[in-house]
Amino acid sequence: MTIETLNARRLLCPLPVIRTQDKVKQLKVGDRLEVICTDPGVMQDIPAWCRINGHKVIEATAGNHEYTLLIEVGS
Amino acid sequence: MSKQRKAIALISGGLDSMLAAKTIMEQGVHVEGINFFTGFCVEGHTHAIREKDKAKPKRNNSLWVAEQLGMKLHIVDVIEEYKNVLINPKHGYGAHMNPCLDCKIFMVNKAKQWIVENDFDFIITGEVIGQRPMSQRKATMPIVAKESGADDLLLRPLCAKNLPATLPEREGWVDREKLHDITGRSRKPQIAMAEQFGFDDYSQPAGGCCFLTDKSYSAKLVDLWKSQGHKEYQLDDVMLLKVGRHIRPQPNFKLIVAREEGEGRFLQGYKNEFISMISVSHRGPLALIDGTPSAEDLYLAAQITARFGQGRDAEQVEINVTMIDGSERTLQVKPIRDEDMPKAWYV
Ligand code: SF4
Repeated sequence: MTIETLNARRLLCPLPVIRTQDKVKQLKVGDRLEVICTDPGVMQDIPAWCRINGHKVIEATAGNHEYTLLIEVGS
Repeated sequence: MSKQRKAIALISGGLDSMLAAKTIMEQGVHVEGINFFTGFCVEGHTHAIREKDKAKPKRNNSLWVAEQLGMKLHIVDVIEEYKNVLINPKHGYGAHMNPCLDCKIFMVNKAKQWIVENDFDFIITGEVIGQRPMSQRKATMPIVAKESGADDLLLRPLCAKNLPATLPEREGWVDREKLHDITGRSRKPQIAMAEQFGFDDYSQPAGGCCFLTDKSYSAKLVDLWKSQGHKEYQLDDVMLLKVGRHIRPQPNFKLIVAREEGEGRFLQGYKNEFISMISVSHRGPLALIDGTPSAEDLYLAAQITARFGQGRDAEQVEINVTMIDGSERTLQVKPIRDEDMPKAWYV
């Protein structure tokens, strides 16, 4: 299992979703991706995108104007 | 067994494209959605920036539609390619800076490329004849199909019965009889269909799907182009047009003044690329200065910055100025009076 990090700070939605989507394409089922953002909209949009596309949000945390989501790539 | 046909639906996040996709899904076709991000989409942006909008977090309507329909959604970044559409629209602009017809042709063309690469069979849009004065007229329907290269692989389920049969209809991949014949600007047929499908809480944005249909945004874009002498732009340029008050006292510079804390925080992110100003003697907003101001212009900009802070009525306000190279200085200024700020300065 690979764990990758994606810096999506300063990007506004839907760009963090697009970058997540593009990064996930390069990963394998079971790999994990940590996405770090500053747009609070990601707390809705990335989980929605994951639900639609069969991925799982393992953890979502917020603090200090940053939002971090840990995603597990699904099939 | 007949082959499972696959269609890609252009999803804007509005009701029409949602209904178009659903109509085809109901016929047993495998449908996935595609949404193009041009940099001007209304989704989220200013809501993410402004404090006052944070109380009601905005959903991304395209994602919401996809989830309601139970289909995959591909969001495609077309920021770079879209520049040519906006800068040189062959069919011109609409009421504001919206090049809707060229935009439609561009998006359908991108969808055509996508179906070829992903082995899909045809394309669906939520277009309705007569719905929009520029891009959705009977005369423009064949133009979009032809100039996009999609030709008769482009199916508009909401008004298909008013148009010649497309390949998916002729081949029996979809049943033409079960498609629709909606025309005109009335939303009643769509609302009735939405009810029938059990959709509520769908989005019907009054200003359409992008900032380019917005009068005040378009004015700022035209001002940007005029001031720089050409139409090229970077994503940051067009993002900044969505934020703050834009005040241009002279052709060679303008101020972007944060209207509240959230905007101030957003503008902070651009401090390395612009001269910035903030009051240190009184509470006040951050202002970015765009252009090539002279020393005199900076003094005027400081007076304007002071005008938007709590020191607006003070005799003297101390303004900290940070240059792009990081060097700092302070200016003591008397805030400009309202009557000395012509309306024409506000872009
Ligand atoms: S409103 Fe904007 S996104 Fe929609 S067709 Fe017109 S230019 Fe394109």
